[in-house]
Amino acid sequence: MTPDASALRLEARGIHHAFGDLVVLDGIDLDVPAGEVLVLVGPSGCGKSTLLSILGGMLKPDGGQARMRGAVAADCLNALTYVFQDFSLLPWRSVAGNISLVLEGTRLSAAERQRRIADMLALTGLSAFADAWPRQLSGGMRQRVGIARALAVNPAVLLMDEPLSALDAQTRALLLDELAAIIARAGVTVVYVTHNLSEAALLGHQIVVLSRRPGRVREILRIDRPLGERRASDPDLLSIEERLWALIRDDAAEADREIEHV
Amino acid sequence: MSEHDAPVPFRAGGFLPREHPLAGAATLIALLLLWQAGASLGWFSTAFLSTPIGIARALISLAASGELWVNLAASLQRLAIGWVVGTLGGLAVGVAVGLFTLARSPGMALVSALFPIPKIALVPLFIIWFGIGEGSKDVTLAFGVFFPTVINTMAGIDAVPRALIRMGQSFGLGRWAILRKIVLPGALPAILAGFRITTSTAIILLVAAEMIGAQHGIGAFVLEAGNLYDIDNLMAGIVLLSVIGLCTSWLIGRVERALLGWR
Ligand SMILES: Nc1ncnc2c1ncn2[C@@H]1O[C@H](COP(=O)(O)OP(=O)(O)OP(=O)(O)O)[C@@H](O)[C@H]1O
Ligand SMILES: [Mg+2]
Repeated sequence: MTPDASALRLEARGIHHAFGDLVVLDGIDLDVPAGEVLVLVGPSGCGKSTLLSILGGMLKPDGGQARMRGAVAADCLNALTYVFQDFSLLPWRSVAGNISLVLEGTRLSAAERQRRIADMLALTGLSAFADAWPRQLSGGMRQRVGIARALAVNPAVLLMDEPLSALDAQTRALLLDELAAIIARAGVTVVYVTHNLSEAALLGHQIVVLSRRPGRVREILRIDRPLGERRASDPDLLSIEERLWALIRDDAAEADREIEHV
Repeated sequence: MSEHDAPVPFRAGGFLPREHPLAGAATLIALLLLWQAGASLGWFSTAFLSTPIGIARALISLAASGELWVNLAASLQRLAIGWVVGTLGGLAVGVAVGLFTLARSPGMALVSALFPIPKIALVPLFIIWFGIGEGSKDVTLAFGVFFPTVINTMAGIDAVPRALIRMGQSFGLGRWAILRKIVLPGALPAILAGFRITTSTAIILLVAAEMIGAQHGIGAFVLEAGNLYDIDNLMAGIVLLSVIGLCTSWLIGRVERALLGWR
């Protein structure tokens, strides 16, 4: 790591949130050490997106607090940066323009901006599409733009809500490999929401299983092996996937039993 | 049960009309020829319906005498001033209503209350308030253009996906940058669609205002020709109005193509 890299940890303390009468999150405590990847899994509707919004300051929790601690690099333009499930690209801006959006109005000079845009396009393999409109791109390429845009601000923390779930299986597998490489290289802190358990095992240092609503931390699994040394077919990762699946399935089965009793 | 041994029949034909620009032009030309022939053969009296040649002659002599340019200039100036003022006002109020809680309900109440008034009915009132000169005409047009612009701008802003605005905020963009780079471009298709409505509204109000009290202008010219039973000039005026309408919609089409190429 260069001396000027960010080292920001993220902490959730007693986070509680309800939408009206619907309690979504109930006492969430989490720690994301600097440079680690925390993966959030859990049944649909358990509050993963809600928690991610709270962690990035896009939603005020009813109770508890999200904190960030540590150093942010001088050339970091936006410490807490999202990659969105639906990409959220501006359709009226070209690929380069979408990346430029988040660099305009910052302290970067025009030349530095152009250089960063070119770097990010090269990193994500989009150089040939700099002037294309988003509608002309495939889903996988659109999410590459989303990733390029997020990396352009040199974030300290990446918050990703199912970034690959809108993509087909092949594209997802390819982009996942690239994402793992980029995360390992950039040394950013990451919170990653997914339904895909093999993504969880490939990317996570911690895998946090949330219970069905109201979301509570049900279990935290740790994998300490570096991301670069993980393969989807590794037996230890496969057994972790199975364990995750068992946890989520038990939860669903319990829910079914409760419904029968109603 | 029934036995089959036949090629699968094609069933997905039709319902796909295609454009033939030449066919469109040919239709119009044929109609004009028929119209002219009808008059030449005495099928109808040219005292009640002019002919294409009669209208063309009237236009040429109007252009030669300079009367055409005086009236055209007066009308176009009113159209430009009234439309621009009404549009700028409408955009400002529409953005405020679209963005700010404080402006929303008061603005909408005002628009809902005043929008249904037929603006032509206000011309006499505006003449009392602003005089018989240019003021009353400009205000009439601006007033008529203002309300649809407010409504379209607000609807356009409402239709901008909130996710895009949140995206901008999540990257730390300021309010002004979000307005300029996300909200307004997102609302632009609706705003430009509104321009099509407001330009035709403006032409209708222009003619009405000019007919009620103006020396020059195409509306006044048409009215005068009517009073004199000068059917050629009357219809020449109508042709001019439709040409103005065509030109504005062509212009808006160009602007749309230039600004909305991303769609
Ligand atoms: N803005 C909101 N207003 C009201 N209810 C909401 C809102 N956002 C989310 N909810 C509700 O909160 C619950 C948790 O939503 P959330 O999107 O966080 O779940 P999730 O775990 O991300 O689900 P998924 O895996 O399907 O993405 C859901 O029941 C949802 O209906
Ligand atoms: Mg979600």
